[in-house]
Amino acid sequence: MLSKKEKALIAEIWESLSPVAEDIGSDALLRMFASFPGTKTYFSHLDISPNSSHLRTHGKKIVLAIADGAKDISQLTVSLAPLQTLHAYQLRIDPTNFKLFSQCMLVTLACHLGEDFTPIAHAAMDKYLSAFAAVLAEKYR
Amino acid sequence: MVEWTEQERSIITGIFANLSYEEIGPKALVRCLIVYPWTQRYFSSFGNLYNAEAIRGNPNVAAHGIKVLHGLDRAVKNMDNIKATYAELSVLHSEKLHVDPDNFRLLADCLTIEIAAKLGTAFTADTQAAFQKFLAVVVSALGRQYH
Repeated sequence: MLSKKEKALIAEIWESLSPVAEDIGSDALLRMFASFPGTKTYFSHLDISPNSSHLRTHGKKIVLAIADGAKDISQLTVSLAPLQTLHAYQLRIDPTNFKLFSQCMLVTLACHLGEDFTPIAHAAMDKYLSAFAAVLAEKYR
Repeated sequence: MVEWTEQERSIITGIFANLSYEEIGPKALVRCLIVYPWTQRYFSSFGNLYNAEAIRGNPNVAAHGIKVLHGLDRAVKNMDNIKATYAELSVLHSEKLHVDPDNFRLLADCLTIEIAAKLGTAFTADTQAAFQKFLAVVVSALGRQYH
C-alpha cells in the first residue's frame, strides 16, 4: 500500500526524470538484456544494441508511461487500460519479465540518483513498479 | 559447475577489492530491513527497528551488515566451488536460524542497489550482469542444504 507521502515522492521523482526519459529507459532495458538474456526474445524485431535509435525510442516510451501513471497512482487501472489491452492481446509478454525490468529500473535509478535513492525512495518505487506491473497484467486472463 | 569468464572474474574481484565493507555492509542490511520490512522478523533481538531512523542508527544492524558482507569474501576466493564453500552456512541458516531462503535474494538485491548508488555509471550493464550472476550463485548455494 502506498501512503500519500510515498505517492508524492514517486510523482516527484518521475517528474524530474521525464526530461531524460530516453537515457533512463534505454539504460534500464540494456541492463535487463545483459542480466536476463531471455528477455531479448521479445525484441527480435528491433535493433537493441547500445545507443540504437530503436532502444532509445522504446526506452523513452516505457519511462513516459511509468511517469504518466505516477501522476495519479489511484487511477492506474484507468490510465493503463489501453496498455493493458496491448500487453494482453498483442505483446503477451510473460509477466515474470515485468519483475526483471522493474529490478533493472531500480538499479538504473540507483546509478542515476546515487545517495538520493534512499531506502525510503527505493521502497516506494519498488511498490509502485510492482503495482504498475500488476495492473499491466490484469487483462491477461 | 558454474562457468566464469575472465572478464566476470575480474569484475567480481574488482568490486570487492575496492569495497568499503564498513560503509556498504550496514547500508545494504539497513536498506533490506526498510524496503522489505518482513525481513525484520529475524532480528527481534537487535533492539529498536521501529522506523527507518532507528534502523539506520542501530549498531547491531551495522555490525551484522559488515559481518554478512565479509561472508561473501569466501565466495570471491572460491568462485569455482561456491556451493561447497557455503554448505555449512546453508545448514546454519536452515536448521539454526530458520531463514526463508527467499530472503537471501532480497538482501542480494539491496546490496546490488547500494553498489550501484556508490559506483553510478561505472556500474555498467555488464558489471551488473556479472555481479548479479555471482550473487545468484551465492544465494543458490545458501539455499542448497535446506530440506
